[in-house]
Amino acid sequence: MSESPPILALASVSKAFGAVRALQDVSLELRGGEIHALAGENGAGKSTLVKILAGVHRPDEGGVLLDGRPHEFHGPGDAQHAGVAVIYQEPTLFPDLSVAENIFMGRQPRARFGRIDRRALRAETAKLFERLGVALDPDRPARGLSIADQQLVEIAKAISRDARVLIMDEPTAALSGNEVARLFAVARTLQEQGCALLFISHRLEEIFDLCQRVTTLRDGRYISTEELDGLTPDDLVQRMVGRELDTLYPKQETTPGETVLKVSRLTREGVFTDVSFEVRAGEIVALAGLVGAGRSEVARAIFGVDRYDAGGVEVAAAKLPAGSPTAAMSAGIALVPEDRRQQGLVMDGSIERNIGLTQLRSLRRGPIISRKVERDRAADWAIRLQLKYARLSDTVGVLSGGNQQKVVLAKWLSTDPSVLIVDEPTRGIDVGTKAEVHRLLSELAGQGLAVLMISSDLPEVLGMADRVLVMHEGRLAAEIPRAEATEETVMAAATGRTRQEAA
Amino acid sequence: MAAVTADAGGRRLVDTVLRARELSILAALIVLVVVTTAVNSSFLSSQGIKDIFLNASILALLAVGQTMVVVTRNIDLSVGSVVGLVAFASGKFVAGHDRNVLLVLLVGMAIGAVCGLVNGVLVSFFKVPALVVTLGTLYVIQGLDYYWAHGQQINAADVPASLLDLGNGSVAGIPYLPLITVVVMLAVGHYLRSYPSGREFYAIGSNPDAARLAGIAIRKRILTAYLVSGVLAGLAGVLWLARFGTVVADAAHGWELRVVAAVVVGGVAIVGGLGSVYGAALGALLLTTIGSVLVVLKVNSFWQDAIAGLLLLLAISVDRLLGLRVTRALRKRNARHGA
Repeated sequence: MSESPPILALASVSKAFGAVRALQDVSLELRGGEIHALAGENGAGKSTLVKILAGVHRPDEGGVLLDGRPHEFHGPGDAQHAGVAVIYQEPTLFPDLSVAENIFMGRQPRARFGRIDRRALRAETAKLFERLGVALDPDRPARGLSIADQQLVEIAKAISRDARVLIMDEPTAALSGNEVARLFAVARTLQEQGCALLFISHRLEEIFDLCQRVTTLRDGRYISTEELDGLTPDDLVQRMVGRELDTLYPKQETTPGETVLKVSRLTREGVFTDVSFEVRAGEIVALAGLVGAGRSEVARAIFGVDRYDAGGVEVAAAKLPAGSPTAAMSAGIALVPEDRRQQGLVMDGSIERNIGLTQLRSLRRGPIISRKVERDRAADWAIRLQLKYARLSDTVGVLSGGNQQKVVLAKWLSTDPSVLIVDEPTRGIDVGTKAEVHRLLSELAGQGLAVLMISSDLPEVLGMADRVLVMHEGRLAAEIPRAEATEETVMAAATGRTRQEAA
Repeated sequence: MAAVTADAGGRRLVDTVLRARELSILAALIVLVVVTTAVNSSFLSSQGIKDIFLNASILALLAVGQTMVVVTRNIDLSVGSVVGLVAFASGKFVAGHDRNVLLVLLVGMAIGAVCGLVNGVLVSFFKVPALVVTLGTLYVIQGLDYYWAHGQQINAADVPASLLDLGNGSVAGIPYLPLITVVVMLAVGHYLRSYPSGREFYAIGSNPDAARLAGIAIRKRILTAYLVSGVLAGLAGVLWLARFGTVVADAAHGWELRVVAAVVVGGVAIVGGLGSVYGAALGALLLTTIGSVLVVLKVNSFWQDAIAGLLLLLAISVDRLLGLRVTRALRKRNARHGA
C-alpha cells in the first residue's frame, strides 16, 4: 500500500443533534484502491458519518480532509464536485422524472444553446446499464421501480460521475444474491481503478468478503480501525456490541398456549402473496427478511391500516374485519410501528398525552378527559418501563430514541392487548435500552402475550424468537424453529437461496 | 428481455395517461364548442372566437407563471392582487402622459418582480409555507392597492391610444394579447423541458430531499419560480389595463383561485413534479370558454364558478385515480419481472 495521503479522511470529528451526541471524536481514512468497511450497530452513528462525508452535515468539531488537506464541504453539491458519490440506504430518486434524467440530473449532456441532448442522454444511460448488466428502460419514470432497481439507478448515477470516493450505506439490504454479486463486481472494478470505497453492511460475511480494513463505531464513539485479515466475525461483533450477547438477549423459556393470531393466505397484489402463519400465546415469533420483503406491509394489513386482496386474519378464533384498525384494537391487537417519529408518536405532544392516546375513553370522568387519570396512568407506565424523563409534561421529542420507544410501548401495552406486533422494536436504540426492551418483550411473552416481532437485526431475531418466519420477495420462504435458526439458515431463506416450503 | 418489454409497456401507459390529459382537455373544448354552436350558431363567429382568445390570454399568462411555482410543490396566491395593483399603478403612470408602451410594460413587470421577490425570499430563505406567505402578500398588496386607489378609477380616456391598441389591436388578423401569451408559454415551456436548470424545478417538486442531496440549488430555483410568476402577473396587469381601459382598485379580485383552478385542470400536479405549461394554458382556455358558453346559452353567470369548481374536483379525482392505477400497474409489472 502506497503512503500517499488518503483521498478522503475525517479527523477527530464530533457532531451533536440537540442533546444527542451522534459522533464523538471519530477519525476515518479512505485510501485509493481500498474498500473500507464501517461497522457498528444501529444507532452507532454510521449514517451521521456518511452524511458528513457527503456534505449534508457539517461537523461541530474536527474536519474533513480531501487529499490530505483540510476541506470544508458547504453542501452536498460541493462533495459531489470533489468526487464523492453516496448511495444511501433509502434511494433518493425523483419519482416523476425518467430514469435517465435521474442519473444525469444537473449534468445532462448538452446540445446547442445549452439545451439537453435527449438522444445522448438516453444513449449514455443505456450504455451505463449495459456496463452494469441491467435491463432497464432509460425513459421510464422512476416511480414504481423495485428497491433493487432503484439501487442500481443510484449506482449508475455514481459511476457516471466518475466518482473517486464511493460511499455505500447498506446498499445490499434489499438485494438478492445475484444482485449483491453484481454490485460487488462493480465495487471491485472501481477499486482496481483506484477509487476509495466505504462500505456499510449488517451482513458480516459481506464485509469479510469485500473489504480490506474495517473501522468500528459504538454509540457514536470510535472503537478501532484494523485489517480484516486475521479478524474473525466474533471479534468484530465483540467490538460492535462491547458485551456478551447473552445479556443482550434475556430470553425466558415459555410453553406456548393456544393460538391467538391466525393469518391465512393473506395476499396483497404486488406486495405480498399467500402469507399464512399462527402466533400462540406466550410465544415470540420473529418475522425476518430483507428490507422490502413485505414484512411491515403484512403487519400493517393485519392491523387494518392497509387493505388486502385475499385471505383473512383471525384473533382468538374470531374473524377480524379487514381494513379497520379500530376493530383490530378492540380485538386485542397492538402495533408498535417501524417509524416511531412518524407513525408511533405525536412528537410535539407530552409523554402523558402520548401514552393516553390509545385509551382516551377509559380516561374519561363523565364526558371529559381527566388530566389526573391521564397523568396517573402515564406515571404508572413510566415506572413499569423504567422510563427516563424529567417531567411527564415534557414533549416526547426531547427523549432519547430508546425512551421514545418505551413511550410507544407503554401507549400500546396500556390497551391490554393479547397480540403485540412490534416492527423493528430496537432500531436506532442504544445498547442498554435495547436489552431493557428485550427483557420487557420476554416478560410479556412469559405472561401469555402473543408477540410478532419484525426485525432486520439478525442477532435480535436469533436471540429473542421462539420461531423465525422468513419472508422473501413478498412470500413466506421458511419457518425455522429456535433450535435450527442460525445466521446462515435465516439469511439463506431471506435472500432466496433456499426454497423451503413454509409450514 | 422480458423486463425490457414490460418496462416499455409501463412507460407507454404513463405516457398515454399524461398525453391523454392535454388531449382530453382539447376534446372537452371541441365538444363544448360544437354543442354550443349547434344551439347558437353565432357562437363560432370570428368575433366570438376572437373574444374567447382575448379573454383567455390573461388567465393563461398567469397560469404559465403559476405552473412554474406549483411544479416546485409551492403555490402563489398573490397573483390576483398583483394584477390589480399593476393595472392600477400603470394606469396612474400613463394617465395624462403619452408614455411609451414598452416603458409601461417594463414598469408593470418591475412591480410584479418586486412582489414575486418578496414571496420568493419568504418561501425559500425563511422557509415559511408558501400558502401562508402568498395569502399574506395577497392581502397586503390588495390593501396597498385599495389605500392608493381610494375609490378612484382609471378611465379609458386617460389611457394612451397606443396602449389600448396593444389590448385590442392585432397583427395579420391575430390579436396581440394571445400572441404575447403564446410566445411566453412556448418560451417557458421550452425552458422547463429542455434546459438542465428547467428540469430541476420538476426534480424539486418530485422529491425535495433527493433534490437537496443531488446538490440542486433549491432556494435559487424557488426564488426564480416566484420571480417569474410575479413578472408575468405584472405583465398581465399592464395587459389588463390595455384590454379594458377602465380599471377599478379591485380588478382581478379573486383571480388567484381561477388561476390555480386552470393549472390543476390542466394537469399540473398540485403536489409538484408533474405537468406542463401547455396543459395549464389549455386549462385556462377551457375555463374561459365555459364562461362564454354560459353567456351564449343564457345560463345565469353565477353558475360559472360552480362549474369551474366541479371541473376542478373532477380533474383532481381523475388524477388521483389514474395515479393509483398507474402505480399499481407499474408495480405489478415489476412483480412479474421479479418472479
